[in-house]
Amino acid sequence: MAPSNETLLRVRGLKIEGRADHEWLEIVHGVDFDLRKGEVLGLIGESGAGKSTIGLAAMGFTRDGCRISAGTVEFDGMELTKASDEARRKLRGSRIAYVAQSAAASFNPAHRLIDQYAEAPVEHGVMARAEATTDAVDLYRRLQLPNPDEIGFRYPHQVSGGQLQRAMTAMAMSCRPDLIIFDEPTTALDVTTQIEVLAAIRDAVEQFGTAAIYITHDLAVVAQMADRVMVLLKGDPVEEAETRQMLANPKEDYTKTLWAVRTFRTEPKPVPAADAVPAVSLRNVTAAYGSVPVLHEVSFDIHKGRTVAVVGESGSGKSTTARCITGLLPPVSGHIFIDGEEPPADYRQRSKDQLRQAQMIYQMADTALNPRQRIRDLIGRPIEFYLGLKGKAKEERLRALLAEIELEPDQFIDRLPSELSGGQKQRIGIARALAAEPQFIICDEVTSALDQLVAEGILRLLDKIQKEFGLAYMFITHDLATVRSIADEVVVMKEGKVVEQGPKAEMFTPPHHAYTDLLLSSVPEMDPDWLDRLLAERAAGGAGAAAAPAAAAPAAARGVNPGE
Amino acid sequence: MLLIDFVAYAVAAVVLMSVGAWVVKRGLVAVTADRRQHLLRTTPLSAYFGLLTIATYVLVAIFADLVAPFPERDVLGAEYQPWGEAHILGTDNLGRDMLSRLIYAARNTVGIAFVTTALAFLLGASMGLLAAVVGGWVDQIFSRVIDILMSIPQLIFALLLLTIFGTSILSVVLVIAVLDSTRVFRLARAVAMNVVVMDYIEAARLRGEGLGWIISREVLPNVTAPLIAEFGLRFCFVFLLISALSFLGLGIQPPTADWGSMVRENATLITFGDPTPLLPALAIALLTVAVNFVVDWMLHRSSGLKD
Repeated sequence: MAPSNETLLRVRGLKIEGRADHEWLEIVHGVDFDLRKGEVLGLIGESGAGKSTIGLAAMGFTRDGCRISAGTVEFDGMELTKASDEARRKLRGSRIAYVAQSAAASFNPAHRLIDQYAEAPVEHGVMARAEATTDAVDLYRRLQLPNPDEIGFRYPHQVSGGQLQRAMTAMAMSCRPDLIIFDEPTTALDVTTQIEVLAAIRDAVEQFGTAAIYITHDLAVVAQMADRVMVLLKGDPVEEAETRQMLANPKEDYTKTLWAVRTFRTEPKPVPAADAVPAVSLRNVTAAYGSVPVLHEVSFDIHKGRTVAVVGESGSGKSTTARCITGLLPPVSGHIFIDGEEPPADYRQRSKDQLRQAQMIYQMADTALNPRQRIRDLIGRPIEFYLGLKGKAKEERLRALLAEIELEPDQFIDRLPSELSGGQKQRIGIARALAAEPQFIICDEVTSALDQLVAEGILRLLDKIQKEFGLAYMFITHDLATVRSIADEVVVMKEGKVVEQGPKAEMFTPPHHAYTDLLLSSVPEMDPDWLDRLLAERAAGGAGAAAAPAAAAPAAARGVNPGE
Repeated sequence: MLLIDFVAYAVAAVVLMSVGAWVVKRGLVAVTADRRQHLLRTTPLSAYFGLLTIATYVLVAIFADLVAPFPERDVLGAEYQPWGEAHILGTDNLGRDMLSRLIYAARNTVGIAFVTTALAFLLGASMGLLAAVVGGWVDQIFSRVIDILMSIPQLIFALLLLTIFGTSILSVVLVIAVLDSTRVFRLARAVAMNVVVMDYIEAARLRGEGLGWIISREVLPNVTAPLIAEFGLRFCFVFLLISALSFLGLGIQPPTADWGSMVRENATLITFGDPTPLLPALAIALLTVAVNFVVDWMLHRSSGLKD
């Protein structure tokens, strides 16, 4: 449905302040935008850009410790910043609705989905309870939830993450609002699930002619969803334009760097000799948590100086494989060789030197660094522990490592993790792994918690270090853009099995195993028509044959990737 | 008449401490450099009140010999003398100076309570951390033993044990320390459990670190804030328990001055409308409130550090 010319939301000179240690700091420095009826505006930017804060302010709401300090938010002729709490409460849920990033955390686990659905319409007097129930089933059907007649009678924990996000969208729609704010609704989902949610949200918005503000950090997603895009940087609007125009012709430098992030590629590395001893080698590894089997006959090699990307959805056994290699989860059967030798399966029985060989970098640098230790201790401990260096020698090594990860030693050596940014924390994680002088590093989703620009910096650093020290990487990720950037070989896992493996070039060229194909085709592309095309293809029985994974999908069914 | 005096004294004590707290806060903020000033300025007045009160108690306890007008145990005259010139707060049931005994009792009661709490923490926290970090059967055995100890009402259990082991100060300290360490164990274990699942603990284990390092360097620094806060609360409970035991005659034995037993010894005066026996109770109440103010502030700070 084409947007009408009638303005629904008019934001002028919006400034928002946040409270930090008894002082008010401005976090949004004057934002203007208009939203017409039925229009979808994409807000895009890195974390800390103020996307969510602006999204919430569009409902006249600020989080605790924030306040709107200047500007106006006019919704359908009503000034929200000056309206009474009562007037705003009447609007919320009925005329303006909000869909949060984590549906799992936003639903009340003690009530059935349909009860939570009915709450807003009944409360606002839009519908009677019985009517709301019928309506819910109808919306569940439109959003293509399985078993729409009975899914509402389940509790939040009884449905999957993607279904929950759609149920939440349905809930937001329950009063047929004029405006819905979507705050990163698909960020926490796997790519294959993300497609379903994106398609459902778009259909629903179109069917009811709802205006929406779509907040995300993923350009490719916003390209599918929004009519217009606004780029934000640290609380300032950078650029605003129609989606197609912005994609084709970004004006500002910052916007261009956002676009360019995905183009990083490592240089191709020489193929290892056939008789080379791999840094790590898995042979028919089978593992289980108690009596629940999680890995079946997993075999692959990682050669020195090369990167193997292990990809798959959550629950596919990627991280479990890493736990087997490090010895946290001794396999039930099969063998793991590190540098041609088989260490004890349990890490507790491994020697210091065996432990030193395989290091790990974690996804969440926040939980991987002890918040009470200074960088000097965080990185210094492995130096002292493994290499026996003390005093001056240790200090020198420490400074060399900090220089290696491109952090100024004098400035950083005595800081606590809380005094670092996300990217800097991840660099410390890298330095800690490097301090052990290992042969092999497991990188467990090391970039997924980071903004794209920062993530790219981390990937470049890892690549530099690999070249310098000839390290072998096992790169666990669900992000295929990262795989394209850094991998030499790819291992695709599903339900604890390796479904396909081979050099990167092969993996990104058809024909594929059906599951690889599903994964590849689900990665959003910058082309605004990508989602339409993909859905059409899947409807035609192409790559979407996810229900029948045995069927080898025709290569032609894949979306064309303009970036390749 | 006496009752009015008593109320006046109580109010005066609280007002004095509050004003003192305000003055100290202003003074400290004024004389300190910018960087530290922030902490001093954001600290609430209640915390200053608590700190000042505790400091006063500690000073009185340490310098009891200098502060007290009369010796702790000497019988100086008639029993139950009213408040007056010679004996500011009168004399007790044996004719000993009430004020001096109050002051010496600060040393005895607070000192013993402090040692007991420290011992309880040493025992409970080390066992709790060990249980959380090692897990498995060590955790099972520790936790079940603690469950058994906790299943018996604390005061009754303490009475029972003290009747068995006698009522020397050493046995009072040990019995209460062991009984209170069960609560500390529970807390330490629960807090440490949340830390043990963190990736940095896994990283330390995979590095090959021993148990000692993991407990002392990786876990302990992350649980000190709640443990210190608990120390304050626990101190109050121990303190009240000792007073209760003394009141019942099983705690600190006469002629040693102690606030709990002082209430009991002079209880008869209440019948005559004399509030003197409430003075030791007031001393207990004031210290408890002060400690809780400080604990509240520390809890607030430690939770504020997380975000």
